[in-house]
Amino acid sequence: MTTPVLQASNLTKRYGRVTAIESGDLELYPGEILAVIGDNGAGKSSLIKALSGAVIPDSGEIYLDGERVHFRNPMDARAAGIETVYQTLAVAPGLDIADNLFLGREERKAGVLGSVFRMLDKGHMRSEARRHMNELGVATLQNIGQAVESLSGGQRQAVAVARSAAFGSKVVILDEPTAALGVKEGNRVLQLIRDVRDRGLPVILISHNMPHVFEVADRIHIQRLGRRATVITPQSHSMSEAVAIMTGAAEPPPHAA
Amino acid sequence: MSTTATKEPSPPQDFEVRQQESLGLRLQHLLHGNPTLGPLAVLIVAIIAFSLANSRFFSAPNLSLVLAQVTVIAVLALGQTLIILTAGIDLSVGAIAVFSAILMANFATKLGMPGILALLLGLIAGTAMGALNGSLVTRFRLPPFIVTLGTLSIFLSLNSVVSQSKTVRGSDMPDLMTWTGTTIPFGGFRLTYGSIIMLLLFAVFWYALSSTAWGKHVYATGDDIEAARLAGIRTNRVLFSVYTVAGLLYAIGAWILIGRLASASPNVGAEYNLDSITAVVLGGTSLFGGRGGVLGTLIGALIVGVFRNGLQLAGVEVVWQGFAIGLLVLVAVSLDQWIRKVKT
Amino acid sequence: MRQSMLSKRGRLGPALVAITLVLGAAACGGDDSGSGGGETVGLITKTDTNPFFVTMKEGAQQAATKAGLNLQTFAGKQDGDNESQVQAIESLTSAGAKGFLITPNDSKAIVPSIDKAKQQGMLAIALDTPTDPPDAVDATFATDNYQAGKLIGQWAKAKFDKEGKQAKIAMLDLNANQVSVDVKRDQGFLDGFGIPVGDPNKIGDESDARIAGHDVTDGAEDGGRTAMENLLQKDPSINLVYTINEPAAAGAYQALKAAGKDKTATIVSIDGGCPGVDNVKAGVIGATSMQFPLKMAAMGIDAIDKFVKDGTKPQVTAGKDFVDTGTTLITDQPQAGVEAKDSAWGKENCWG
Repeated sequence: MTTPVLQASNLTKRYGRVTAIESGDLELYPGEILAVIGDNGAGKSSLIKALSGAVIPDSGEIYLDGERVHFRNPMDARAAGIETVYQTLAVAPGLDIADNLFLGREERKAGVLGSVFRMLDKGHMRSEARRHMNELGVATLQNIGQAVESLSGGQRQAVAVARSAAFGSKVVILDEPTAALGVKEGNRVLQLIRDVRDRGLPVILISHNMPHVFEVADRIHIQRLGRRATVITPQSHSMSEAVAIMTGAAEPPPHAA
Repeated sequence: MSTTATKEPSPPQDFEVRQQESLGLRLQHLLHGNPTLGPLAVLIVAIIAFSLANSRFFSAPNLSLVLAQVTVIAVLALGQTLIILTAGIDLSVGAIAVFSAILMANFATKLGMPGILALLLGLIAGTAMGALNGSLVTRFRLPPFIVTLGTLSIFLSLNSVVSQSKTVRGSDMPDLMTWTGTTIPFGGFRLTYGSIIMLLLFAVFWYALSSTAWGKHVYATGDDIEAARLAGIRTNRVLFSVYTVAGLLYAIGAWILIGRLASASPNVGAEYNLDSITAVVLGGTSLFGGRGGVLGTLIGALIVGVFRNGLQLAGVEVVWQGFAIGLLVLVAVSLDQWIRKVKT
Repeated sequence: MRQSMLSKRGRLGPALVAITLVLGAAACGGDDSGSGGGETVGLITKTDTNPFFVTMKEGAQQAATKAGLNLQTFAGKQDGDNESQVQAIESLTSAGAKGFLITPNDSKAIVPSIDKAKQQGMLAIALDTPTDPPDAVDATFATDNYQAGKLIGQWAKAKFDKEGKQAKIAMLDLNANQVSVDVKRDQGFLDGFGIPVGDPNKIGDESDARIAGHDVTDGAEDGGRTAMENLLQKDPSINLVYTINEPAAAGAYQALKAAGKDKTATIVSIDGGCPGVDNVKAGVIGATSMQFPLKMAAMGIDAIDKFVKDGTKPQVTAGKDFVDTGTTLITDQPQAGVEAKDSAWGKENCWG
């Protein structure tokens, strides 16, 4: 078996009396889209937050490319190559697309202008932004310099996904990317996600939307009661079976993948 | 489930495009992208109107005068702009300015320090007061309104104690302290060094806000602080820096004030809070943060100065000056609300 | 045995009495508010930052200590703060004060609180600013602001007549609210100068060509400078400047100086603060009408003292509904027919 790109082993996280995850496991292999599904309170949120550095687990290990890693905050995870797209997107509505793509990672001009005067290399950032959007197959929106808040929900999602694909070097985690979108835009975003995977970045996708999950995922991690119930594929089980395992109506089968 | 590398990207996708817009919507979008346009239009119309009312209005001496009159408030409003861009507000602006002036003046006279040292310590004091505001806002996560309301009282009380309610005369101070009031000819105009400093400061911060990462972070923090944080911006640092820099700006304003009045008085500046906020709001910067800029503030300050001077020259009774400014503010805020409603 | 115990008790008694006497004397000794173990009285000023009220407070404290009264002082948070003054009266009432002096921030709004206090038998005295109606208090000790304005008006008229100059007058007032002190000084000045006054309760309704214009200063240097600049732009021939107070005058002077008119224009003002007197000496201000806040406070405390001792209430000055604490013209350029004192005298009697 190939080494997983990202692996969580025996993670535990308690909030007071409540156990969010216990003996939580997860593997993400290269070149795949792993969907994580589970009912509310199953612990998928905490599991993902542990992987993205937003939460520090009480115990357990996380391995990136086989190496043990400790994330003290989201920046550590980012620095290690894990990019997360949160449900709220984390875009600054008043700034433009290029600004948002490089938010927190702005590029400065070379030489004195950059080091002493801290001048931003806006031209370069704009052309890079255009390139990233094109590579992901997103038609150049009217103007790369337009404010993000004037974009539709799907376009904004595209900017956020493009940002994660541009800077993520190991893993991209997407939290409910199609939740707020209509049917048409939701499908566009799914295609975007496939393109990210096809460019060589494995993706973890959290979603409540079963049809979307079954359409795009390579493997499906089912989280239940704080731990992994099983992993299935869209081929091995049907949607209703997956839901049944998720809610506990059916016994989880041994891992199908 | 292929594990091969890059595949052909799917054909360019067309996300939903906005429908054709009405004129009103287009105006809304235009103003949304350029919040300075409205105030600039108001300023130009006002200048034209007052020039017609009294030919003396549009003359080099009079316009130089208006610039000198708005200089102190413009500098204070510059600091206030940075804070309001982060969706905060600073009610202690007048207190910090007046107290810094009293401190520098007393350092130079009562403690007999040389001018440059007194000035430096005064600037440091103002910066420290701003830093106090900044740390209370970030460390204790108190709303800026409450924090600066409290520090306003504290600084004013300290001001009373240190000054003993006494004004320090310019003639008793070293020349450096009143240097900002010296005028130099410039074309047909007469500029004070204070006004030159003010214009330089505006240029510096216009640059900083538009072309540095710090500037982008200020806007992002004010626009949506959670999003900024998640995007990796150290929002606490941004907020702290903004209040601290503002404190320094207020102290520089204090130095310019001493030059203009040839004295340091503990009783001036009762209206500086409202005046600075008025300039910011008239300039198109949104009180909700994330929108606007320093150029607008300069225009806002000029609008107030032009109205005061122009109405007096036009022979209008003083009571209408306040009325006019109040009306302008209401219009500016309503405009901002309308612009913000840009549909997505 | 019994004898030694008796003698011990004997020594103890006098010791206890001595200690009590010492402690009692210490308790009755001076703290800086002049508590003489006597009756409590109060002083409520508009603010505690304006040097005028700071001086008033000092005068009241001195007078209270001398009279053996216990003075409690209060102030509004800013000009116009009525609420704090209402609370101050309530505090004094519950402290059992016999009377109080007040410079009301809001002449009308404070009256109900004063009525309540008087019903409790307290003596209420207004200082500097009358209440509305003026007889809401038992007495008012104040400057006759109209007279103060009139004096500088008369002085200016005499000076300009002597020098054969036509006056062009800039009126630098307080604010747009037409408050009593502003109106009285403004109208008094015009009357003293000989300009017909229109409605004496209103600023700005005069149409005499000698008046170049009115503007407002907020009674401070920065307002004074801006107002003077704008009026000068409107009419560069201004050569006489009336100012509401000396800080505004100082600001106006800076504007005149910047326009090169400091030698050709004359500034008159009202207040009599020591910085203002210095400005008279320096030639910045031509003449100023001095007020006497110390006298106001002393007379006020004196009146309460008499009331405490034998219940007599103060008498008003003939023809006025307040006790005039006087104004004196201070100038180094005396004019015939206008009584004045010079800046040296002014320096000895100034406040702040």
